[in-house]
Amino acid sequence: MVPLSWYLILAAALFCIGVFGALARRNAVGILMGIELMLNAVNINLVAFWRHIGPDQMTGQLFAIFVITVAAAEAAVGLALIIAIYRQRNTVNVEEIDMMKG
Amino acid sequence: MQQAIFIILALLTLGAALMTVITRNLLRAALWLVATFFGIAAIFILLRAEFLAVAQILVYVGAISTLIIFAIMLSRGIMDPDQVRFNGQWGVVGGFAALLFVVLAVIVTRVPWPAAAGGAPVGDAPADAIARLGAAFVGPYAIPFEVASVLLVVAMIGAIIIARERE
Repeated sequence: MVPLSWYLILAAALFCIGVFGALARRNAVGILMGIELMLNAVNINLVAFWRHIGPDQMTGQLFAIFVITVAAAEAAVGLALIIAIYRQRNTVNVEEIDMMKG
Repeated sequence: MQQAIFIILALLTLGAALMTVITRNLLRAALWLVATFFGIAAIFILLRAEFLAVAQILVYVGAISTLIIFAIMLSRGIMDPDQVRFNGQWGVVGGFAALLFVVLAVIVTRVPWPAAAGGAPVGDAPADAIARLGAAFVGPYAIPFEVASVLLVVAMIGAIIIARERE
C-alpha cells in the first residue's frame, strides 16, 4: 500500500511545477495550463486524504468533483478572454496586455 | 508492487508536467498536458476513485484540452518557435517554486496525519463508493450541486458572449 505522504509529495511537486508555469510563461495560454496543473495537484490531495483518512464519507471525492467543475468553467471563460484579447490586440503575450496599467 | 506502480506513474506525471511548462512550442505543451491528465487519472485509479478517474479523462482530456488546443489554433503566431518562452522573472520564479516544494515536502512529512503517513489507510474503500457518491449529490450536497450547475451555465453563456465576434 502506498503511504499517504507519497501522494502529498507528488501533489506538492505538481503544484510547484504549476506555480512555475503560471508565473514564468509569457503566453496567456501557457499560464492557463499552469493553473490547470495546480488544480489537478489539489485534486490528488483531496482524493488521497479521502482514501487514507475517511473512506466512509465521500466528502473528499465530492470536493474533487466540485474542483473539476470550477476548473472547467474557469478554462472556458479564460480561453474566451484570451480569444477576445487576441482579436483586439493581436497578441496573447501577457507583457503586452497592459491596458489596465495605471 | 503498488509502490513500484506509484513511483512509475508519479515520474511519468511529473515529467509530463515539467515538459508542459518548459516546452517552447505551445501545441506540444498542450499535448504534454494531456499526458499529465492521463497520469493523474491513473493515480486516481490507484487510489480506488474510479469515478473520478473517468470524470478526469472526460472533462480534462476530452473537454479542457480540446478547448486549449482550439484557443492555440485560433490565435495565430503564438506557435512561433523562436519566440521567448519565459518572462524576465523566470529565474526568481523557479527558485521560489523550488523553495515552495521543499517547504511543502517538509510540512507533509512532519505533520502526524491521523492515517499515520507511513502506514496503510484506515479501512478499505467502500465497494459501493460510486452509489454513495450519487446519494451524497442528491442528499446532503444537493444545494452545492445545483449551485455548481448554475455556475457552469453562467460560465458557458459568459464565454460565448465574451468570445463573440463584434461588428
